[in-house]
Amino acid sequence: MDERDPLASLRDLGKGLEKARQGRDGGSTARRATLSRDSQNALGLALRIGVELVVAVVIGAGIGWALDRWLGTRPWGMIILFFLGIAAGLVNVYRTISGMGMAIGYRQRAAPPAPGAGFDADDED
Amino acid sequence: MVAKENPLAQFTIDRLIPIHIGGIDASFTNSALLMVIAGVLLTVLMLVATRKAALVPGRWQSVPEMLYEFVAKSLIDDNIGSEGQRYFPFVFTLFMFVLLGNLLGLVPYSFTFTSHIIVTFGMAFVIFVGVTFIGLARHGFHFLTFFVPHGVPKVLLLLLVPIEVLSYFIRPFTLAIRLFANMMAGHTMLVIFASFVAPLGAYYLIPGLLPVMIDVALMFLELLVALLQAYVFAILTCLYLNDAIHLH
Repeated sequence: MDERDPLASLRDLGKGLEKARQGRDGGSTARRATLSRDSQNALGLALRIGVELVVAVVIGAGIGWALDRWLGTRPWGMIILFFLGIAAGLVNVYRTISGMGMAIGYRQRAAPPAPGAGFDADDED
Repeated sequence: MVAKENPLAQFTIDRLIPIHIGGIDASFTNSALLMVIAGVLLTVLMLVATRKAALVPGRWQSVPEMLYEFVAKSLIDDNIGSEGQRYFPFVFTLFMFVLLGNLLGLVPYSFTFTSHIIVTFGMAFVIFVGVTFIGLARHGFHFLTFFVPHGVPKVLLLLLVPIEVLSYFIRPFTLAIRLFANMMAGHTMLVIFASFVAPLGAYYLIPGLLPVMIDVALMFLELLVALLQAYVFAILTCLYLNDAIHLH
């Protein structure tokens, strides 16, 4: 095996790597859909959403309180941001659940794709 | 009967080597010691186990290989896709550091650095800033359209954009609080049940054994929580990275 010149074996290695990479890229999308609904993920998901709701309200109210102190607009900032915090928390939880961990993102995957964004056409289910 | 041991005493920071630089307390604490141990342990595990790399992995070699597979496939490939592989070193280090921090904390007489919110928040904040930066670097100001939902009447945007912005800025907090709260609650619970052992056992043997049994069961629960929380921390990092990379 060692009698071949080193460049040829390097080329072989390059080819092998290229093949492996293609296999990885091609395989990933197919496996994605099946694995995302795995039961292993479900426990992680359940642990995730509880905190999401509580923290959102607290942070919202906290930011409002800080803004009030800074701008002297008591109590409006805290009132408004408290409710915005509840909304943000609910939005986060809703997205986590409906996407089953796939999309905490801020665009729903089901939304009509923007022009030139065809890369995830195979993404949803 | 009052327990002598304060269940929160286990979270006390001890200054092992006091260092003060210009009025800033930069002491080497027990928390820092455990972080160093976690880092050294991870490095040694990776270096030693892959030293004699064989095509058919031995017992030690299969550990890093399994970890690699897990992070590369279950975390990055399934959540970001192959584009995310360039962030593999970061995600892997983060996952292993949190995992080792959680697991080392279960060793008696050690310290759980992930039960301190400043540690978890530090990590979460780095992730938050990094992800925002990656998003801005890859998409420029187009990244800001992230906060504008599709196909919504213009009037509603006045309400929805603040909600989106707020829910984006909440991310580092939820990430930090989830890990810290889980670790702290679990370890507090362990000590509380352990503090029942001596007072109950002083009178009768059987009731004294009950909290011991609960603590044994709790140790298994804590093991599960330690693994799961490291997993959740890493997977959320991947999801955030995915948002920044695959903006659409």
